[in-house]
Amino acid sequence: MNGIHDLGGMHGLGPVVREENEPVFREEWERHVFAVLNLTLAAGQYNVDELRHAIERMDPARYLQTSYYEHWLHAAEDLLDAKGVVTREELLRRAVEITQRSSAAASGTSHSQVSGAPNGSRAPGAGRLPSE
Amino acid sequence: MKPHGTHTDPPPSPALRVQALESLLIEKGLIDPGAIDEIVELFEHRIGPRNGARVVAHAWSDPRYKERLLANGTQAIAELGIGGMQGEDMVVLENTPRVHNVVVCTLCSCYPWPTLGLPPNWYKSAPYRARIVIEPRRVLAELGLELAAETEVRVWDSNAEIRYMVLPMRPAGTEGWSEERLAALVSRDAMIGTAVPTIEPRGGASPR
Repeated sequence: MNGIHDLGGMHGLGPVVREENEPVFREEWERHVFAVLNLTLAAGQYNVDELRHAIERMDPARYLQTSYYEHWLHAAEDLLDAKGVVTREELLRRAVEITQRSSAAASGTSHSQVSGAPNGSRAPGAGRLPSE
Repeated sequence: MKPHGTHTDPPPSPALRVQALESLLIEKGLIDPGAIDEIVELFEHRIGPRNGARVVAHAWSDPRYKERLLANGTQAIAELGIGGMQGEDMVVLENTPRVHNVVVCTLCSCYPWPTLGLPPNWYKSAPYRARIVIEPRRVLAELGLELAAETEVRVWDSNAEIRYMVLPMRPAGTEGWSEERLAALVSRDAMIGTAVPTIEPRGGASPR
């Protein structure tokens, strides 16, 4: 498949920038994408070839503008939706709930404990449900 | 292509998206929350280029091991207790005075996790993937590695299964060194092929 991912030999992409002593993960969410991907792979929700193909089907402009772990996240969402394991509607609903919970917590109008604020630099409960 | 995740204002960030996905997978019993921290800890702190450096130092010290390593990378690496995901089909490429090897994955970012850990950002970047296959000498020079004109450069592009690792040349002046001391000379980049080990510290910082 001669898609945007086939970058070998392409011109105009600029210099190779190497950062000294960079961290393994730049952001907390990257840790979670890495873990979720590997655990769903291990659980047999999809295989590596399906993942790679899902990344290769990304919109070309978006592919170039997004990072490695965003590619992974895109592939997981895409495949899990296609297989009916976690639909886009569920994901969106959950994202809205999390946002509402964290803004309620921030304004002090809720008594419930919010675990895993979306923007926390290291939210120990990230991804866990408040009922847990 | 169907747009997705764009019905909130603003659109969900990757942090929010993965949090939503993770919580739903946990709720459905499809992933174990305890395993999340475990796998992150493994790749953040325990699996990394020190593993590959041990393999290289052992090959430098034991010619028979080196033979086995070049003949069947996966098996020889497993002798040192190293293996697993993204290291199932290892091919080890020997640098010699005539041939310098360098590794890339132009199509994605395939990389030998058990021996080198997770890839650095530049390895995953579009410029490296695009350029190393058409102007390797120039890219290597930009990364600080000037090769002699008579040295042949071989660029190895990973496929879906094979994971490559470079066996660099042992630096002169290291005769009689212990494997531990040798391993400390072997950087991640030397095993990708974008650097070579040297006994003089370059730039002071810990080896890349």
